[in-house]
Amino acid sequence: MTAALHRRTLLTGASLGLLASALGLPGCATAPPATVPGPADAGDVALLNRLTWGVDSAGLAALQRQGRRGWLQAQLHPPARTVLSAAVQAQIDGLGLRQQPMPALLVAMEQRKRDAESLTDPAARQQATQAWQQAMNQLAADAASITLLHALHSPDQLREQMTWFWFNHFNVHQHKGNLRAMVGDYEAGLRQHALGRFSDLLIASATHAAMLRYLDNERNAANRLNENFARELMELHTLGVDGGYSQRDVQELARVLTGLGVAVGEPPALRPALAPLYVRQGATEFNPQRHDMGEKLVLGQRVSGRGWDEIIDQLLRLARHPATARHISRQLAVYLVADQPEPALVDRMAQAFTASDGDIATTLAAMVAAPSFAPSLGRKFKDPMHYVVSAVRLARDGQPVTDTAPMIGWLNRLGQGLYNRQTPDGYPLDSAPWTSSGQLATRFDIARSIGAGASGAGPATPPALALASGVARSAWWPTLGDATRAALDQAATPQAWNALLLSSPEFMAR
Amino acid sequence: MTLLPRRRLLQALAAAPLAASGLRLHAAVAGTPRLLVVFLRGAYDATSLLVPVASPFYYEQRPNIALARPGSAPDAALPLTADWALHPAVGPALLPFYQRGELAFVPFAGTDDASRSHFETQDSIEMGQPLTGPRDFQSGFLNRLAQVLGTRDAIAFTDQLPLCLRGAQQVPNLVLSRLGRGGTDARQAGLINGMYAGTPLAGAVRDSFAVRDEALREINGAASGQPMAGGAMAAEMQAASRNVITARGFEGEARRIARLMRDRYRLGFVDEGGWDTHVGQGAATGTLANRLGELSQGLAAYADELGPAWRDSVVVVLSEFGRTFRENGNRGTDHGHGSVYWVLGGAVRGGRIAGEQVALAPATLFQNRDLPVLNEYRALLGGLFTRMYGLSPAQLATVFAGTAPTDLGLV
Repeated sequence: MTAALHRRTLLTGASLGLLASALGLPGCATAPPATVPGPADAGDVALLNRLTWGVDSAGLAALQRQGRRGWLQAQLHPPARTVLSAAVQAQIDGLGLRQQPMPALLVAMEQRKRDAESLTDPAARQQATQAWQQAMNQLAADAASITLLHALHSPDQLREQMTWFWFNHFNVHQHKGNLRAMVGDYEAGLRQHALGRFSDLLIASATHAAMLRYLDNERNAANRLNENFARELMELHTLGVDGGYSQRDVQELARVLTGLGVAVGEPPALRPALAPLYVRQGATEFNPQRHDMGEKLVLGQRVSGRGWDEIIDQLLRLARHPATARHISRQLAVYLVADQPEPALVDRMAQAFTASDGDIATTLAAMVAAPSFAPSLGRKFKDPMHYVVSAVRLARDGQPVTDTAPMIGWLNRLGQGLYNRQTPDGYPLDSAPWTSSGQLATRFDIARSIGAGASGAGPATPPALALASGVARSAWWPTLGDATRAALDQAATPQAWNALLLSSPEFMAR
Repeated sequence: MTLLPRRRLLQALAAAPLAASGLRLHAAVAGTPRLLVVFLRGAYDATSLLVPVASPFYYEQRPNIALARPGSAPDAALPLTADWALHPAVGPALLPFYQRGELAFVPFAGTDDASRSHFETQDSIEMGQPLTGPRDFQSGFLNRLAQVLGTRDAIAFTDQLPLCLRGAQQVPNLVLSRLGRGGTDARQAGLINGMYAGTPLAGAVRDSFAVRDEALREINGAASGQPMAGGAMAAEMQAASRNVITARGFEGEARRIARLMRDRYRLGFVDEGGWDTHVGQGAATGTLANRLGELSQGLAAYADELGPAWRDSVVVVLSEFGRTFRENGNRGTDHGHGSVYWVLGGAVRGGRIAGEQVALAPATLFQNRDLPVLNEYRALLGGLFTRMYGLSPAQLATVFAGTAPTDLGLV
């Protein structure tokens, strides 16, 4: 169900024609830089609402300045390194997670755990173990803060949406083993390739310690197979469940993946003949002594046992498989266009994917240019992450959020916490799971909190943010239907007005 | 013969004191048995729950994770029949139900979907539609059952509406492990309802306020005036921080579910995760034993909290598939096929291992790897529902199209 959307699609619909034609036209790229947007155009608002984490003044101003075509190009091809404001960058740089590279962090945290467990006094041991747990939780919370600060404040908004998408696509769960100390590094690797080649994303994920631990591949060894990772690699990450692989292929791919695991200490002692095949990269190792060097038969092709290169070759093969092009294109279309994307749209994206050797920016450009994209705007129900981030972006309108803890808590309450999906399929991308009564009840609570000023700016937050007079009003008012306007007119207080806007059916859509 | 068990259930209900409550929005339909479906997501290792202790093949194939033969060790499996024994971790909570004849296990249960994908198989089970032909991802079998029964008394105790309860009937969901007071006042709630009037979400928005308010009243005992068994909810509320009551594990949640199922709902769904034991699943103790123990205690608490209403209640525990019959290289098990379903309740004809069975041997394993499926879940549940509700063939065809029910006489 394109569940939510109500009579107001009519209104959004009126602006769609504008958008559809404007996407094909050069924008007003020569306009002077501005931070204060001009009057909001409904088509611009609809586009921002879909391709960013939500409308705010800076986003609107950038779109007006660059024109839709220029803005889209800038979003698809952002600078290699995102430029954040000095304040936000300083906030990120100050986080504990950022003080050392991941392998060193893992070593330090393991040592701290051993130290705690070796204490003989039970009370002291319990205290030290608890402190270790808290420090681990803090590392995951730091990673979540980095994600949220980027989602809130990065000018490269599409890259941030894609970073969330890829983490979810290659999902790992923070509460397995010591993954809380790994998720930040794992996500940073995915951000780096978020709009780049799919094969780079796949390799970044499949050779990262977080994934190898999460899906048990560190336990997968010659003659002691564990097929967990091999199966999800084909089912979820590449080919899709209907991608044409068999149980036999799962077992054979598991054999290919043997020996790929996690290590931070000294390299193991190896037989001299195998030593040159050993690979260490970050906290990932390839141990040739654990690898099945026999010949395998994967998806009808003979694979000779070579080790690391054999694994990379099979990953590349999976990345370039036609079933992968279709599967990834469909997942992208469900996330960014519609719960039930038109087959023609998926075909078009899959062609672009294949023709560009899996270039995600090219695939997304094909998606935006497809005839069914513009009419879809405003008709997708926000998932919790979109809801929470867009509400806070609107409420803060560029003012830095100094405390992300409330947002982290809201996402957990809504059942879409960062790094909190236990199963490898990631959170659902369609609307249905998020439109139930229990979900809405929690959203209305959160709308009330944000409307009253609790969006994470610390103690200095003004009691009521003036949503009614800022970009919220200028951008949203034209899209609101009569019923919502009537309700807003009856709001008893500014806080209630804010909460109603953030509770409105129009605000639930993107 | 379907009328007999239905009559039995009706008699059971008539014997139960009517829970009167002026505060309830609408009472559950009298005479409809209660059904709670518990979905174990992640494919629990059924072979460790219902242990084929008479099979030398079992002990051969699971050298590290098998449960000891009854009587052979202090933590051995607990005998049920000559062939089957129960995991010791669930014994204290579940053996009494089995002995009273209120618990049956159906081994070799599951779906013919052999993808061995958690997600594909959970979806296909929850949809409950034929495996071939077009599928409707917005139509789950419990929603269709609610439609057929004409009941508005279905609910999911999950943070998202599960696929099996999606469909034409508006069904609310509510997470009872952390139930908040909200704080939106009646006026604001009225304005929010107004914004959604006439939209497809209007029903869900209405429920969003009403269901939670009602649940808080029920759980707090304000509605019935009866304090909760096994510890006062009022104390729980006082101890709550930030207006969120936290249930202690599944047992606490199960008591709350019972509270609502007793007075207000007739069709419930809850799921539990953490069953995907690829590594180090343990045996008499360990990860899986802990999980099973917690689940069994929750189910016993559910029955306890229902009190006399247990007499017309049925709980079905299921999972998407079983796990490999052989242990893997990491003292765990991988994705398999046939599972064991549990059926318990005051009206259940239990104390037995029901359904088709086969001796376990290399030749009888599915693809030389897994327990086969001999009791297809749609036929199995179709048979159960037919007996519970007296469904006509046409009604059953709405719930499970193209399925002939298997009547195992479970109620």
